Amino acid sequence: MDTREKDIEKLKDYKYGFTTDIENIKAPKGLNEDVIKFISNIKEEPQWMLDFRLKAYERLKLLKEPNWQKPKYPKIDYQDLYYYSAPKSMNDKPKSLDELDPKLLETYKKLGIPLQEQARLNGIAVDAVFDSVSVATTFKGELTKHGIIFCSMSEAIQKHPELVKKYLGTVIPITDHFFATLNSAVFTDGSFVYIPEGVKCPMELSTYFRINASQTGQFERTLIIADKGSYVSYLEGCTAPMRDENQLHAANVELVALDNAEIKYSTVQNWYPGDENGKGGIYNFVTKRGLCKGKNSKISWTQVETGSAITWKYPSCILKGDNSIGEFYSIAITNNHQKADTGTKMIHLGKNTKSKIISKGISAGFSDMTYRGLVDVNSKAKNSNNYTQCDSLLMGNNCGAHTVPYIKNKNFDSNIAHEATTSKISEEQLHYCQQRGLNPEEAVGLIVNGFCKEVLQQLPMEFAVEAQKLVGISLEGSVG
Amino acid sequence: MNEQLQSDFDKIINTSKVSKKEVSLKKAFLKKFIENGFPNRKHEDWKFLDISQIIKKNIGNLSFFNDYSLTNKVDPTIFVNGLEHNKIVFLNGKIEKIDFSYEDQNKIEINEEIEKDNTFDFKNSLIDLNRAFTNKVLKVLIKKNYSLKKPLIIYHSINDKINSKNINLRLDFELEQNSCLRLVDFFSKSTNKNFVNIFYNFDLKKDSILKNYKLDKFRNNNLVYSFNNIEQDSNSVSETFVLSSGSDYFKNEINSDLKGEYSSAFINGILSLKENQQHEIRSTINHLVENTKSYQLIKSVLGKNSKSAYQGRIFVNSKAQKTDGYQLSKAILLDETSEFNAKPELEIYADDVKCSHGSASGSLNENSIFYLMSRGLNYQHAKELLINGFLLDVVEKITDPEIKILIKNIVGLKE
Repeated sequence: MDTREKDIEKLKDYKYGFTTDIENIKAPKGLNEDVIKFISNIKEEPQWMLDFRLKAYERLKLLKEPNWQKPKYPKIDYQDLYYYSAPKSMNDKPKSLDELDPKLLETYKKLGIPLQEQARLNGIAVDAVFDSVSVATTFKGELTKHGIIFCSMSEAIQKHPELVKKYLGTVIPITDHFFATLNSAVFTDGSFVYIPEGVKCPMELSTYFRINASQTGQFERTLIIADKGSYVSYLEGCTAPMRDENQLHAANVELVALDNAEIKYSTVQNWYPGDENGKGGIYNFVTKRGLCKGKNSKISWTQVETGSAITWKYPSCILKGDNSIGEFYSIAITNNHQKADTGTKMIHLGKNTKSKIISKGISAGFSDMTYRGLVDVNSKAKNSNNYTQCDSLLMGNNCGAHTVPYIKNKNFDSNIAHEATTSKISEEQLHYCQQRGLNPEEAVGLIVNGFCKEVLQQLPMEFAVEAQKLVGISLEGSVG
Repeated sequence: MNEQLQSDFDKIINTSKVSKKEVSLKKAFLKKFIENGFPNRKHEDWKFLDISQIIKKNIGNLSFFNDYSLTNKVDPTIFVNGLEHNKIVFLNGKIEKIDFSYEDQNKIEINEEIEKDNTFDFKNSLIDLNRAFTNKVLKVLIKKNYSLKKPLIIYHSINDKINSKNINLRLDFELEQNSCLRLVDFFSKSTNKNFVNIFYNFDLKKDSILKNYKLDKFRNNNLVYSFNNIEQDSNSVSETFVLSSGSDYFKNEINSDLKGEYSSAFINGILSLKENQQHEIRSTINHLVENTKSYQLIKSVLGKNSKSAYQGRIFVNSKAQKTDGYQLSKAILLDETSEFNAKPELEIYADDVKCSHGSASGSLNENSIFYLMSRGLNYQHAKELLINGFLLDVVEKITDPEIKILIKNIVGLKE
């Protein structure tokens, strides 16, 4: 028996040991040093990785959960969560898609993600994540030809420790806020992308996330590095099945763009938002941050947020390199009892840096939507520019739409412009559409899609179609 | 600091005639203030300019004791010339003169008021401080259908007898139906450093009009905090104009509750700052019922080492359909050491509303300067002309012609 199996044996005796009945390996409930060691051990991590985790855990003990956000939620008992769960069939890794657990594939199909088909037809390499461990990675050959590394985080730790060591935690340090630090301590898996110097990634890289086992907080960790003069477009899409209990998802996503590199990160998020009465649903407390480290680098975030009971995230850009560019395009739709507090941070440090923020918020039903953003122009960021536009659309009388921008200008050479509007769908527009034969729901879908057009345009083709449908579906039942 | 607060408080209670009931109320406010202390950057509303730090840095040890038994001589040279007006002179923390000689005495009532218990709940420790230490609560009542013939100027002055002190002023105004008041707050020069804490409370009944002009133009070293609470009944109008450029620190806070239909609130402000000044305007407009309107325009011009902040909040209740809310803040940064912060916030719970805000900041437009210089102006003049034009925009929003002229004269703006 190797040490890992011994560990598993030991934990089986533990009172809250494994629940193997659903074909899942779980670490015992609760958060402590042993659980972190267990996670590290089961993933066969080197010592430096374990040290990283433990250091983060030490720091976590000193931190308090933030509570300044608009959507309040019942207190989370961090000792009542499972911090590790993996599909059992993972232990003998499948070599190809055909070897996958048929039950797993079935679930994907139900979610409308025909894995093989999508991979073949769209030319997308899919690194599907079931719970916390990567299950399949396709199109590896094509990528390897270009020297691109696209694999799971655990694999990267094993095979490319020098890259992981160099960049992990440089954008989101372990001393960051509560949820980011929690992630640093207990993260299970995620994606790792490295684009070598001068390479333009030939395809859109994509990961579909899925949350399965109940009461499992998902702690993904994604790291994307674009070396000098490279380009990559990364897609992240999420769906989750019905679930009664609230689930926590605290992922960390770090992007690093070196000189002349460009990273485009697109998200479509459609996790279970809870039922019509606001029961259940996922807590989406994700930390996403990009560092434009080199000159002329560019990071662009595009997000379509339609799911989750609570969305609380601010994909940010630190514009450190001179002439670097940060962009943020967002659509956030809340319906029923959903709540969202989202936006971005643009931190201008280098000269001639530019940022652009386009945010569209739509709230319906009893939901609450907040745009919260920061534009901070440092005194050294000469000749910087920012343009922010945030528009909100309200549907019905029980929802709320809020805008909380923070603007800090410490540089007299720089220009910051911000505008925001709040309105509703005009009766004239609705009337016009209905006159031409659309039913009210279709009319609203059409108008909302028009309202979001600026952002939808930014999405890659494959996503744009899906996102447009999603916008319509999310607002079902909100008219009348 | 807490021991000093307590001992200064006891000294004031001993030297002035205050009823037992009032003493216990004041004690409660003091207790609340001691619990919370001066607000600091951890409080969301004080994020940009930290008053607790600023007091420490500028004044150091603040004394809260003020001997109200002394009488101070009013220096008539501080009065504004060329404009007939009513006066209230507020000198060294004490009201020394009240003069309403231009008005019909039957239409105005000025009474000393007894502080009521929990009438305000702003969760603002500076208001607790004010209520604990303020000398008298004066209430000015303007009766039904009466418009004051002349504006009322409140002189805020401090002579050199007082230094490093906390000075509190509290005034209540009630404007009965269809009445009108033009109120000018005039801050005079002073080289001593004191912390002035002003709390005004306005109750605007149906159809009444309040125009409040706060003029802090002359360079002084005081730190000033001013809070205006305005409750508005239907069809009432409030107009607040802030000229903020004299004191070392000045924070103007305006809270306006639009409680009656067709009521409206206007806030216009100029922050023109130089060396080491730190000024802020924070406004909260609560649209509580249908068909209310608010408009805000704030412009800053920031010189060397200066810092300005604007926090504007528009809240729209779910009942407040057909709300019209607008916020615009603009800033010109003249020096690489100047800093501008803004937080224009919208919180909206009703769908049939028109709310928007805009914020822009940057340097003077080089092309415009070039244009003016090519027509014979030197660089300095071109710059001044552009800044004047930028600020004149706000002054033009003033609806009262008499006061508009007064302010233009004070600021030195020419059309």
